[in-house]
Amino acid sequence: MGENKMKLNYDIVVIGGGPAGLAAAISAYDNGARDILVIEREKRLGGILRQCIHNGFGLTRFKESLSGPEYSARFIEELKKREIDVALETTVLSLTQDKKVQVINEQGVFTISAKAVILAMGCRERSRGALNIPGSRPAGIYSAGTAQKYINLNGYMPGKRVVILGSGDIGLIMARRMTLEGAKVLAVSEIMPYSSGLKRNIVQCLNDFDIPLYLSHTITEIRGDKRVTGVTISQVDENKRPIKGTEKHFECDTILFSVGLIPENEITKSANIPLSPRTRGAVVYQNRETLVDGIFACGNTIQVHDLVDFVSEESEIAGKAAATYILEGAKEKDSVATINGNNIGYVLPHRIDKNQKGHVKLFFRVTSTFRNCVINVVSGGEVIASKKRNIAVPGEMETLILTQDKIALLSDDITVELKEGV
Amino acid sequence: MSENIKNLTCIECPMGCSITVRVENGVAIEVSGNNCVRGKLYAENEVVCPKRVITTTVRLTNGDVVSVKTNMPVEKSKVFEIMQKINKVVASAPVRIGDVLVEDIGCGASLVATDDRD
Ligand SMILES: Cc1cc2nc3c(=O)[nH]c(=O)nc-3n(C[C@H](O)[C@H](O)[C@H](O)COP(=O)(O)OP(=O)(O)OC[C@H]3O[C@@H](n4cnc5c(N)ncnc54)[C@H](O)[C@@H]3O)c2cc1C
Ligand code: SF4
Repeated sequence: MGENKMKLNYDIVVIGGGPAGLAAAISAYDNGARDILVIEREKRLGGILRQCIHNGFGLTRFKESLSGPEYSARFIEELKKREIDVALETTVLSLTQDKKVQVINEQGVFTISAKAVILAMGCRERSRGALNIPGSRPAGIYSAGTAQKYINLNGYMPGKRVVILGSGDIGLIMARRMTLEGAKVLAVSEIMPYSSGLKRNIVQCLNDFDIPLYLSHTITEIRGDKRVTGVTISQVDENKRPIKGTEKHFECDTILFSVGLIPENEITKSANIPLSPRTRGAVVYQNRETLVDGIFACGNTIQVHDLVDFVSEESEIAGKAAATYILEGAKEKDSVATINGNNIGYVLPHRIDKNQKGHVKLFFRVTSTFRNCVINVVSGGEVIASKKRNIAVPGEMETLILTQDKIALLSDDITVELKEGV
Repeated sequence: MSENIKNLTCIECPMGCSITVRVENGVAIEVSGNNCVRGKLYAENEVVCPKRVITTTVRLTNGDVVSVKTNMPVEKSKVFEIMQKINKVVASAPVRIGDVLVEDIGCGASLVATDDRD
């Protein structure tokens, strides 16, 4: 690996050195591309997994339970075995459709020309601004990811008595982390009637430590002048309006919010690459090519994955496709759209190109909790793939395989839909 | 003879299978609902003596911190005791993934680095 080496033109430029960028670069190399640069704004490769020190990563891929840094390290090691350039502490500022990548680092601002680009910028946490909590704005309020960074990378504990707003996985993981470090986590408050986190995280992060999870509850007041001194949470009705008389008061010095992740796409927008309003990432074909020829996208920048194992798998598809694009050039497409039907929040890939070989794994999320349901993929009035689920929840991404023979016969858009009570 | 049924959620993988265990005299005699053998082992252990891997950080002499884990699950009831021991550990850089920082931190488990620090 050419550490911190950067020329001004490359066959492939990968933006982001997290699990997605690493897997994409390795796969592009292994599929024949040679002239590759990975750009990462941080001092080290590995992305957000550097601060995810808990275990449970890699069960699908490596059949063992790794911590985040260990999982990333496996890919960094593979990257180092190949002639792939890496530019650290270098931030991409913008991108154009003809693949000029503008970057900034200590040496200045440069424009790199690429023949193909892979977007792998990951996701960011939804900010509190969107939450609209009444009350003052004292210190002691952090996103769960920021607290994770403080504790796990800087060794700094942000507080001692904690209330967590939102039951996303990062919030749950942080409930356990702070408890282990001696803090008292008083409550996790979730506005929905179900948790958006994985069941195993509820069990091992909350139940193990008797931390109460209040479903259908939200924070209705934050107290404190300079620093948080307490919060009130209230139960909400079906319209998510607080119900009077259900208030619970907690004395705390810290509030963490874990209210979801949004794909990071400032760079994608700068190049006017079409985004999907549902996934909030670029619209992609099954090879993870965006609607702009030669620009690919993978990992959390196109859909927020629960599992990094799937990020790696998806990014290998993008890397391979970028290599094919470099070696064979752009190809004609003949595509149909995928549509989220009843009870389905989104479907990815957004388009299926019939000229591409191989099966396609559809990723999607259901919109609420469903029991005894069947999920169908329908095209031209015909069910072309289907699966039964005893229970389906929004917190867990679903997948279904569309076989190549079915794809070849597609003449119409395809819809994924869920039917209850079967 | 005491017999009862316990419902557990397997935490071994993100599938989070709901497992039912029939317990007799403190041991699992029948496990159902698991999708794989890891789930069976988890349930059998969980009804006898729950164990967890601890993941946390350790201070370095240079002021930095490095992430660590116990190389095997430790008794859940000993987790806080072991955490206190871990918080007293100060290691010196450089540290590499897999380095054993403490041979026996409790319950026979070693404390192992899970990241590199120079
Ligand atoms: C706080 C947090 C905690 C998480 N915890 C878990 C977890 O416990 N388990 C799990 O499976 N998943 C977790 N996730 C989801 C996790 O992001 C994915 O599993 C995985 O890390 C996604 O890989 P990625 O490469 O797509 O994104 P990331 O890991 O986010 O990597 C993106 C990289 O791109 C870089 N980058 C972004 N923009 C630019 C730019 N303009 N120029 C240069 N570089 C740029 C970033 O610095 C980063 O290194 C978490 C996400 C967040 C935000
Ligand atoms: S039983 Fe197997 S598949 Fe089910 S959660 Fe446990 S480890 Fe995963």
